[in-house]
Amino acid sequence: MNLKNELRGYAKPVAESVLAILIGVLVGALVLWFSGYSPLEAYYWLIVGSLASTDGIAETLAKSAPLILTAITFAIGARTGLFNVGAEGTVYFGAMAAIIVTQYLQNPIAGLLAGLLIGALWALPAAVLKVYRGVHEVISTIMFNWIAFFLVSWLAVSVYYNPKDPNSTLPIPPSARLPLLIKGTSLSWAFIVAILSAIIVFIVMWHTKLGYELRTSGQNPRAAEYGGINPKRSAIWSFVIGGMTAGLAGAGLVMGTPPSYAITQGLANVHGYGFDGIGVSLVGRNHPLGIIFAGILFGALSAGATAMQQHAHVPLEMIKVIEGIIIIAVAVPGLLDLFARPFRRGEA
Amino acid sequence: MNEAMVISLLLGSLAAMVPIALTSVGAVISERAGVVNIGYEGILMFSAFFGAIFAELAGNGWVGILGGAFVGLLFGALHGVLTVYLKGDHVIPGIGLNLLGAGAVAFGIRAYWGTAGQHTVPSDAQISPLWMDAFGNSLSPMVPITIAVAIVAWWVLFKTPFGLRIRAVGENPEAADALGINVELYRFTAVLIASALAGVAGAYLSVDWLGTVTKQIAAGRGFIALANMVFSGWNPLIALGGAFLFGFFDNLAIYIQNNPWLAGTIPWQFIATLPYVVTLIVVAGIIGRARPPKWDGRPYKRE
Repeated sequence: MNLKNELRGYAKPVAESVLAILIGVLVGALVLWFSGYSPLEAYYWLIVGSLASTDGIAETLAKSAPLILTAITFAIGARTGLFNVGAEGTVYFGAMAAIIVTQYLQNPIAGLLAGLLIGALWALPAAVLKVYRGVHEVISTIMFNWIAFFLVSWLAVSVYYNPKDPNSTLPIPPSARLPLLIKGTSLSWAFIVAILSAIIVFIVMWHTKLGYELRTSGQNPRAAEYGGINPKRSAIWSFVIGGMTAGLAGAGLVMGTPPSYAITQGLANVHGYGFDGIGVSLVGRNHPLGIIFAGILFGALSAGATAMQQHAHVPLEMIKVIEGIIIIAVAVPGLLDLFARPFRRGEA
Repeated sequence: MNEAMVISLLLGSLAAMVPIALTSVGAVISERAGVVNIGYEGILMFSAFFGAIFAELAGNGWVGILGGAFVGLLFGALHGVLTVYLKGDHVIPGIGLNLLGAGAVAFGIRAYWGTAGQHTVPSDAQISPLWMDAFGNSLSPMVPITIAVAIVAWWVLFKTPFGLRIRAVGENPEAADALGINVELYRFTAVLIASALAGVAGAYLSVDWLGTVTKQIAAGRGFIALANMVFSGWNPLIALGGAFLFGFFDNLAIYIQNNPWLAGTIPWQFIATLPYVVTLIVVAGIIGRARPPKWDGRPYKRE
């Protein structure tokens, strides 16, 4: 009985997300059609590229790992009443920290911890500005993203560049790389790390006192304060835990992605995960379990994009268009009711 | 520092002021009416892209500016319907719009012009400057237009009944409603004006100031404009001054990067962070005194 009610509670948000995804696919098809491409061909290769082979599935899961982690950054913020969009810049720093630390400590745990730690540290300035100066976190974290971009670019080009390859940083040493789960693919332990992090965050947020405080601060800050919860403490923890998962995303990216195991020119291979994570979180309804599914969906989109570009000649940025539409559709309040209303009227 | 350098820095700052000022003034109007929109970055992207297309089709930069305003208006209407009429969250649509803008412009540059990441707008589709010297310094007609827009916006907001109603629906919609003001209509109108101004700003980037469309053309200016709006205390005239300040640092970063002596001493990446660091410092310093409109970001539902 209890379980049944709980499942019913999940049914509506799941249905709404599925509907938003369908809208994204449909409007995306219109955009493709207007731009002179064949939507059927594009979607065919998108699916074939991401799900029709072991390589495709491995690539899908590999791409989903950093997205799940950056989505959690946003989700923890959203659950605490904060719009933390700083995962993007934190990913750059997490990746860089893993590269730097593993040059000295050639051990995967050291690399992951470095990402975790730098993520927590880089989140602090935005947290302090929010709590003590009232600076809106959207503005501060966006500014910090740009600052991170230029600082990590400088580290990549001027300090930790690869003398043998001018287009990338020093690689993660072989003994510090995350082992592959399937040989010959790009699916590594980074995926397991992401899933475990999602589960840990789920436990922390829904089954500990800290998580309760964070969620109460988000749902009803005034009630939280009356109940003896310190909202400043909640905000800082929210930024710090969120920073940790984003830093981990960056570390996992460079430590678990063959063949380069490095940051490439212009931060190209660590770029965009933070922003896409926001979409993953919104589609996953800011819940770790929803995020795992949404992360795999977005992972499939980016895994299939290459095949779509190669065979259907559609620019791979098309998937960002679909993602953007999905998020706007998620933002439509009572999306499901809007669609269900005419049917209900028919019944009556 | 000689005279030529001062002129060059001053004109460069004025050029960089335009997009931030137009977007901030728009944001002030929208938030005065109680509607938050963080999607200006996406609107800048879209209107820079479509503004260039319109300008090239017509062979006239001003058509591009109008086209940009039109595109801004469309996205504003979307945001307005979601937030004002459907009473939805004010922040999430903006997040979607920003992602969509970044993706669609990168996609569109390849799909429309067939180049990767960058397209140069031909000179016949660009707006010709009011004044130009032999060193490449120039003054765009958009600079006086922007100053006029800010002054008019201030006058309308604070000196006309229309402006009073806009402020009323953002400050106390219940009272405004009781007086027979159509809260939703005024809010929606304010959102449209704001997004149209951001649309003009975006088109200015591609058909005037930068003369190019790139997949990162907005470069955070939509967010800097929001910071500047807070800095201004939701006042269009102060927003104009603030935009000049932000424009100065935006331009200074470009200037130093192009100056071989300075660029050799400090890594250019450090200088490139300047506009963002200054934004943070200014916003952190000012915010204690800033008071947003009371119903800013809250949907109004009649009881």
